[in-house]
Amino acid sequence: MSDDLLVVEGLKKHFPVTRGIIFQRQVAAVKAVDGVSFTVKRGETLGVVGESGCGKSTMARCIMRLIEPTAGSVVFDGREITGLSRHELRPIRREMMMVFQDPYASLNPRKRVGAIVGEALEVHKIGTATETKRRVQELLEIVGLNPEHYNRFPHEFSGGQRQRIGVARALAINPKLIVCDEPVSALDVSVQAQILNLLKDLQKEFGLTYVFIAHDLNVVRHISDRVLVMYLGHAVEVATRDELYHHPRHPYTGALLSAVPVPNPELARARQQILLEGDVPSPLNPPSGCWFHPRCPRHHPGVCDVREPQLVAAAGDHRVACHFPLERWPMNAAEMAAPAASASTGAGTATGAP
Amino acid sequence: MALLDVRDLHTTFRTDDGLVKAVDGVSFTVEPGKTLGIVGESGSGKSVTCLTIMGLNDRRSASTSGQALFKGADLLAMPKNELRALRGNEISMIFQDPMTSLNPVHTIGRQLVEAVHLHQDVSRSSARSQSLDVLKAVGIPNAERRIDDYPHQFSGGMRQRVMIAMALINHPDLLIADEPTTALDVTTQAQILKLMDTLQKEYGSAIVMITHDLGVVAEIADDVVVMYGAQVVERATAEELFARPSMPYTWGLLGSLPRIDHDVERLAQIPGTPPSLLNPPSGCRFHPRCTYAMSICQSEQPPLASATGSETHLSRCHLDQATRLTEIKKLESGHFAEVT
Ligand SMILES: Nc1ncnc2c1ncn2[C@@H]1O[C@H](COP(=O)(O)OP(=O)(O)O)[C@@H](O)[C@H]1O
Ligand SMILES: Nc1ncnc2c1ncn2[C@@H]1O[C@H](COP(=O)(O)OP(=O)(O)O)[C@@H](O)[C@H]1O
Ligand SMILES: [Mg+2]
Ligand SMILES: [Mg+2]
Repeated sequence: MSDDLLVVEGLKKHFPVTRGIIFQRQVAAVKAVDGVSFTVKRGETLGVVGESGCGKSTMARCIMRLIEPTAGSVVFDGREITGLSRHELRPIRREMMMVFQDPYASLNPRKRVGAIVGEALEVHKIGTATETKRRVQELLEIVGLNPEHYNRFPHEFSGGQRQRIGVARALAINPKLIVCDEPVSALDVSVQAQILNLLKDLQKEFGLTYVFIAHDLNVVRHISDRVLVMYLGHAVEVATRDELYHHPRHPYTGALLSAVPVPNPELARARQQILLEGDVPSPLNPPSGCWFHPRCPRHHPGVCDVREPQLVAAAGDHRVACHFPLERWPMNAAEMAAPAASASTGAGTATGAP
Repeated sequence: MALLDVRDLHTTFRTDDGLVKAVDGVSFTVEPGKTLGIVGESGSGKSVTCLTIMGLNDRRSASTSGQALFKGADLLAMPKNELRALRGNEISMIFQDPMTSLNPVHTIGRQLVEAVHLHQDVSRSSARSQSLDVLKAVGIPNAERRIDDYPHQFSGGMRQRVMIAMALINHPDLLIADEPTTALDVTTQAQILKLMDTLQKEYGSAIVMITHDLGVVAEIADDVVVMYGAQVVERATAEELFARPSMPYTWGLLGSLPRIDHDVERLAQIPGTPPSLLNPPSGCRFHPRCTYAMSICQSEQPPLASATGSETHLSRCHLDQATRLTEIKKLESGHFAEVT
């Protein structure tokens, strides 16, 4: 059995933009995910960060095969799952589950909690009605809800309790992988802490593997073993958690880290922020060369706007897609804007001729 | 004199289920040119506090008492037309959702020009050039062209900037911002906070910043009010609050934050859920969730009193000062995680 539970290679999802009413023809494509590769080891948590619109949710839905990837491969537990038919996917669907951001929209308001949590048992025809009920009550207890509340409807629960229901549902048939798409983004800090503690406890107890998507870098640092940074449909940096937070190499990662508010007024005032200009560009018309170059403080004309950087090893397991990776961290805005000359021959640029 | 002096503010809503005491005896002051952060979980009464001060509650269901003295004049007792003359001029407000204050069917330029004309007697071209200046000041790229765009043509972050432009166009003395960055990415949030800071320095406006994020408070606030269950439970300068948070709810809030500046294995968990404002708990509102609760906490409401000996640092808690100082020492080494 391989150490890797999930291996994603060159994953792409392009949404066609069509014109015409009767004869629809494709006039462009939204390149929501455009060639992402990474692996997730058994029992670890891979955090995924990036601004909204970077393609995190689309990537998650491709991994889960909720939507069909345009290209690339997704190997789950040793098995290629792209191109599998619905029928072939069935047994695999039991082993990967998803928890969504919005605890209000993701639960069917007309179904009782028992039916919601037991849905997967029903779909996969596991157990009798009494067994299902017992399992559901056990699950409610595991996630810290009252098992007696089996017959209640979602609206009778608070936001945090609904997210617990979402977690119970995902756990129902002992999955190997849980993909969490911003599971705590809509919650108050105190409730967020309860859910994060719960997810960590469950991981220990059941040996779960998580892909944990969030835009909050504090949350991602707390829960992850390794972190993937996405920008405009691309993986721009992947590293172990400590490597990424202590020695970020990509200017985008640096900018994200420096933008995080720190609950310490002295630190907050002392540190120099690196402010990015503007917004993430549209994946309909991505920039040439490096996708980040129009907002990058170290953008080097003639290189960054021409050549696409490849995700290559910077040190050991630490991979970065940048022509001028950061030499050190922390860095102030002036140092950020002036990459050391040697950087141009560094690891990130060994990508061949333009 | 304080620019804004809120005294014993109460707001009660009549609902089908009964009376909701959304604001229950809130007092604080805002000094000219300074930033006050109001922090608390959702439902603690932050928004209603500010809507009440601005006279924006639904008059049919809300009843209000107390005072909100702005430059010495009580906003709550002021005739409607006088209040309207202040709003958007000397006091303005920014909401979380920019579309609540932008009109989707008019261009940004038209709305800005109207805002100028509401409070200043100037020519059209002067109003237009003021509008353009403020759009540039808030960092809208190609402002000359974008001034004739409609709100939907802007991204979320840009729309929030437009709303800040709208709020600042008449150089208010007081800007009330209700979670203006909550829906935004960290990068955009950092841009907006920096922008507010720069504009505050330039125009000398005081800011009331409502947020649920203690990180945002640490970034920009001079003074802080912590709300819980419609009341102020702690009030201090930002330095004091983060150096010596003085009651269990604030300890819990700090400890439940995952933070980028150190590692904690488990976050603090405040058990239970926030109190109902229909039937708030007896005694201290936090006692049902408090691991330090004593019998007095169930029967008697603690007053907002000096917590650590400092005049500017007040909190509501029955724990004696020595116990609190010992607990603070003990907890701060673990960054307040693992309180429970
Ligand atoms: N069904 C779709 N059709 C067209 N574009 C889409 C669709 N789903 C997502 N997108 C676009 O793909 C990009 C990535 O979106 P998403 O994966 O939701 O990002 P994130 O989760 O990082 O915020 C966005 O520009 C979004 O507008
Ligand atoms: N118009 C209203 N009618 C009845 N109750 C309301 C109204 N507006 C707010 N409330 C209640 O008042 C309390 C405080 O709300 P709010 O000030 O919006 O909280 P916060 O801004 O801290 O999240 C909540 O319990 C809310 O449900
Ligand atoms: Mg998403
Ligand atoms: Mg609010």
